[in-house]
Amino acid sequence: MNSINNIWHSYKSIISFSLMGFILLFVGFNQSWTLVLGIINLSLISAIMALGVNIQWGYAGLFNVGIMGFAALGGVSVVLISQQPVVEAVDAGGLKMFFALLTGAATILLGVLLNRRNVNKWIVGVVVILGYLITRNLFTEASSLIEDINPGLEGYMGGFGLPVGLSWIVGGLAAAGAAWWIGKITLSLRSDYLAIATLGISEIIIYVVKNEDWFVRGVKNVAGLPRPVPYEIAMQNSEWLRGIVTWFNRADLELLSQSDRLAQLTELMKPASVVFVKLCYSSIFLAILIALIVLSNLALNSPWGRKVRAIRDNEVAASAMGKNIKRQHLQIFVIGSAIVGIAGALLVTYDGIFIPTGYQPLRFTFLIWVMVIVGGSGNNLGSVLGAFIIWFMWIQSGPIGLWVVEMIGSNMQEGSSSLEFIEDRVHYLRLVFMGSIMLVIMRFSPGGILPEKNKEL
Amino acid sequence: MSDSIDILNALALMTNFVILPALSYGSQLALGALAVTLVYSVLRFSNFAQADSMSFGTMIVILLSSYLISKGWIISGVPTALLVIPVAVIGMFAYLIAIDKLVYKHYRKIKAKSITIVMASIGVMFVTGGIVRFILTAKAQKFADGERFIFSVREFKAFTGMQQGIALKTSQFLTITIAILLVAFIFYFLQKTKTGKAMRAYSDNKELALLSGINPDKMVQITWLLVAVLTTIAGTLYGLDKGFAPQQYHLLLLPIFASVIVGGIGSPVGAIAGAFLVSFSEVLLTYAYKKFLMYLLPLSMHPNSLVQLIGTEYKYAISFVILVIVLLIKPTGLFKGKVIVDE
Repeated sequence: MNSINNIWHSYKSIISFSLMGFILLFVGFNQSWTLVLGIINLSLISAIMALGVNIQWGYAGLFNVGIMGFAALGGVSVVLISQQPVVEAVDAGGLKMFFALLTGAATILLGVLLNRRNVNKWIVGVVVILGYLITRNLFTEASSLIEDINPGLEGYMGGFGLPVGLSWIVGGLAAAGAAWWIGKITLSLRSDYLAIATLGISEIIIYVVKNEDWFVRGVKNVAGLPRPVPYEIAMQNSEWLRGIVTWFNRADLELLSQSDRLAQLTELMKPASVVFVKLCYSSIFLAILIALIVLSNLALNSPWGRKVRAIRDNEVAASAMGKNIKRQHLQIFVIGSAIVGIAGALLVTYDGIFIPTGYQPLRFTFLIWVMVIVGGSGNNLGSVLGAFIIWFMWIQSGPIGLWVVEMIGSNMQEGSSSLEFIEDRVHYLRLVFMGSIMLVIMRFSPGGILPEKNKEL
Repeated sequence: MSDSIDILNALALMTNFVILPALSYGSQLALGALAVTLVYSVLRFSNFAQADSMSFGTMIVILLSSYLISKGWIISGVPTALLVIPVAVIGMFAYLIAIDKLVYKHYRKIKAKSITIVMASIGVMFVTGGIVRFILTAKAQKFADGERFIFSVREFKAFTGMQQGIALKTSQFLTITIAILLVAFIFYFLQKTKTGKAMRAYSDNKELALLSGINPDKMVQITWLLVAVLTTIAGTLYGLDKGFAPQQYHLLLLPIFASVIVGGIGSPVGAIAGAFLVSFSEVLLTYAYKKFLMYLLPLSMHPNSLVQLIGTEYKYAISFVILVIVLLIKPTGLFKGKVIVDE
């Protein structure tokens, strides 16, 4: 009986994934392949993000409401690693800024040390405030020096000019660092303090990124980030892609005259180059996703993973066996956040532009959570499936909503006030729709579409 | 500006730009924080939907009052928003009860972990926020009408002959008065009435309370009723003071949580103290002291810069820093709150 059940479960995931594949193929044939590849790429990135969250929630029951902030740290590191340094700005204020940050760090360190030595709290307070004032003074001077250098185009120090692939790792490390700090403070306390603290830190990261122009240009965005894949323009002239396109369209092309054929081919090369570039991205993202899933499954079947599961299934018993639960939770929280950071870096690399205002809690934190819950909390494949389903719905619910409005609109007069009322607001309904999906799944099928196997409830 | 030291004008400046704004902001936070603390003590979860519920309540108020204004049914001098609050509270209560029936009740029944309910409340937060944005769009709007000031800066200056004036905005006056009355009522209710005592008993020891014949469903309903009153009034007062914008309301969540945790989660007195701590820190740290110091210091010592400790854009970070410091030093909060463990 149990084995039948298991077989059914394994088929269930295959069936769900192939169904999703068919839907994507259907859209590809009916709408466009660029659109489908766009959906697939962003789904893959979301899947990596969801995987990180799933590790935290499914392995340790840690509730991270700051996904947006960790993703933004990944994005920041893409700018800092891959952009070319702005030499004049570094010359003008680089050293001063470094010194200001050093003073700030020293102040914090001094405060912590004095506090540990049980020095009078008031003295510690005065020292910290004095240090803060000095830091702020130095900092304002340095940042205005940097921001004055060519503010229309630069106005920041740029990055290190290193290969963009390195920034993915650095993004993961940055997110891991932030997670370690937050986790250290809150993990020994009640479970919802972690949620509140992550909510706060993610908003603050976004505020810093938006307001500190010297850092990553603030709301002025950083465009033209280097890419790990060739540019479309370059691909349009490549011989072998031309060969492939000719082969695919040979039936159509043979009917045309020599000059028409060349013109037609040039026309066909444009979408083909876009598709090719997107495919390159897809393969990178897919490789990273598979690597992460394989690694996490290996880890879960190792002695370390057995400890994780033991703690998850029965915290009291595991703690009686001498397992350090707090340290375990901290490890998992850091690992999960690092994966979110990597995904955040991949996202900015894919966009080719860093837009701080694009970081909305709805798009990041909330949507990723819906993916994890719908896909099946605790199950890695589940969160991948959830990412595909929810991202597809998210993209397609825009056009569908508009279509519904138009259907209603065709029965109303042109420019009627109630039609305008709905058209203005229809995209906010996505919020209600996604929230309801999450609540319904949590209520009626807490395991999601692909529930985790042998989970004790 | 005089070159002598002028304490009176400095105090007037401080009152106008720091004390009054901080008092009214603190009162608004306190009402929201009380609602969170109530939900936490009786229903045992941190309600992430609180800030968005406040914008929902304000939305009802805005809809009702704009209807009244369009009909011309107003009392001159009084903000119409105040007149419709009782009706809006009923609407808010109906919404909260509906959410409770549809969402939270199930988790109480299966005795889910509190973190699961927290997650559900985040779902509720986004649904509520979505409804508000669908109905009123995400744009900022003002809905205050009636007299803007109890007394304005010009009137104050003419009356006292001072350089610096103090203005008392109607919204500030209303906020502080209503908050005091409401808090007094809540405390009276919790301490003196039979239902209030039952509620405290239920929150202290659920099993014992059930044995003494306290009806749990009734406790839950009364909690949501109190939350509806607090939420609607807090939201309306905040909106009268600073205008209504869904995103701004959404961001109130962190200051509210910071207030609750600083004071000690589950402790009503703590929630109020925490709210004022947060509001005063926010206003004091982001205020530019240049003018204030110019009144107090001799001419030779006048500052050149704004003398602002933290840029206004980081006021959100202040509540977070307070939160972190409290979690590091005294996780139970200033007024020892209760620590609820999963059953």
